[in-house]
Amino acid sequence: MTVHKGRGFACINYPIGMNLGGDPSQALVHSTPDGKFMVSLSAIDLGQGMKSVTRQIAAETLGVPVADVYVDTADSDTGPHDMGSFASRGTHRVGNAVIRAAAEARAAMMEAAAEELEVNPADLDTDGEGNIHVKGAPGRSITVADTAIAAQFKQGKTLSGRGIFLIPTSEVDADTGEMTPVSCFAHAAVVVDLEVDDETGEVTVSEVNSAYEVGRALNPKMVEQQLIGGAWMGISHALYETTEPYYPNRSHGPQDYNTYLMPGPGDVVPHHIAVLERPAEDAPFGGKGPGEMCANPLLPAVANAIYNAVGVRCDTLPITPEKVLRGIQANGGAQPREMF
Amino acid sequence: MVKTPIRFTLNGSETALFVDGGANLLDTLRRGVGDLSPKYGCGQGTCGTCTVLIDGEPHLSCLTLAETAEGRSIETTNGLANGAELHPLQKAFMENFGAQCGYCTPGMLMAAKALLSKNPNPSREEIVEAISGNICRCTGYEPIIDAIMIAAGQLRGRVA
Ligand code: FES
Ligand code: FES
Repeated sequence: MTVHKGRGFACINYPIGMNLGGDPSQALVHSTPDGKFMVSLSAIDLGQGMKSVTRQIAAETLGVPVADVYVDTADSDTGPHDMGSFASRGTHRVGNAVIRAAAEARAAMMEAAAEELEVNPADLDTDGEGNIHVKGAPGRSITVADTAIAAQFKQGKTLSGRGIFLIPTSEVDADTGEMTPVSCFAHAAVVVDLEVDDETGEVTVSEVNSAYEVGRALNPKMVEQQLIGGAWMGISHALYETTEPYYPNRSHGPQDYNTYLMPGPGDVVPHHIAVLERPAEDAPFGGKGPGEMCANPLLPAVANAIYNAVGVRCDTLPITPEKVLRGIQANGGAQPREMF
Repeated sequence: MVKTPIRFTLNGSETALFVDGGANLLDTLRRGVGDLSPKYGCGQGTCGTCTVLIDGEPHLSCLTLAETAEGRSIETTNGLANGAELHPLQKAFMENFGAQCGYCTPGMLMAAKALLSKNPNPSREEIVEAISGNICRCTGYEPIIDAIMIAAGQLRGRVA
């Protein structure tokens, strides 16, 4: 029995959203009577952090403290239209819609404040701490809360805004077949180190090193969190997870968590991440978001590392010990490749 | 169907209700008592998100007959915080990003609490062992293990 070390590399360009059909996201922002702001969305947060990121985006655009913004991702029956949380589109598409809605709400807020202060709205600015003041004269100011009260109880106005982000539909060029299905990409490169036991076919991942380019990391801790969890899932897909039976037929397939294999807390692999920030032009504050890309490059990197370790090319997933052993047998033994 | 009266303490409060024969503790807590903090994941003892403490020991409430709770002390995530003050485990999970979707979190917290009450200074391996019956789909486990390590340190500091 020999344990062979292998190293595999993979890199990807990952599309953010899908242009076909315009891929719309909409957002509505309004102030409550006490000068807090509510962002209504139909895209949902399933742990990836969309609520936190859209909250930051709204606060930054409105010019108010993050603590004064709430995000409600209630329901696609009652909220504004959204294609949904998929295709790694949340930060980019929903974020862009939130910027537009928050900008319109900010304009309404500045107008209401201008009326109270008897100045021109263009002469006003926010301090990000809940106050609106005359530029260059911080003493002449009104709180956002008083502005909201004045708008709602005196001026008879709403401090609200609508936002939509829609990509121009990309038509197919009849002559060349050319089109633009995607206009924003994130990027990643991953190196996986692992060991393959040539007697059992077992693969043990020992280390992951990665670099992800996600535009600007709007919430760096959440980006890191998503990348670590996503990479774990990528390894799980590469080596363990399948609803198909290994053999001989479907009824032998996994039925529950006892038989559906996933790595557990004892299989945590050290993962070093470099997040490269290159703010994207058309993205909200430059942020594209990691999304599905956190998992995807791990799969080819694992497959390449196994090839590097024992010379077996597996092109179906997951790469089970059985597939590795059959490959080693077909090659007449393990054939480690040159380490790069 | 015959209903059986049972009594237990839930997070320190006397609780009494009638349960159907064969009812499991998870359903009883969620529907009978209204404590929604233990979650239903698989209903067959394989995911761990329904973990509650019975007399300090972690149990999968989906596999526990409600009637066996008679006279016992039950703890759920709902009882962890002291008013507005979060339990050090809850705080550590929050500060170290030990939750994404949060579905596994109640089970992780209770499994961790049971561990720390017996072993205030656990190694990483002992933490892994303690949460090995709890599945998390989102975090890759590492932030959860880190959070439990940190909470353990804080709890020790508190006692010292
Ligand atoms: S619901 Fe009890 S273990 Fe899954
Ligand atoms: S945080 Fe989603 S399952 Fe653990």
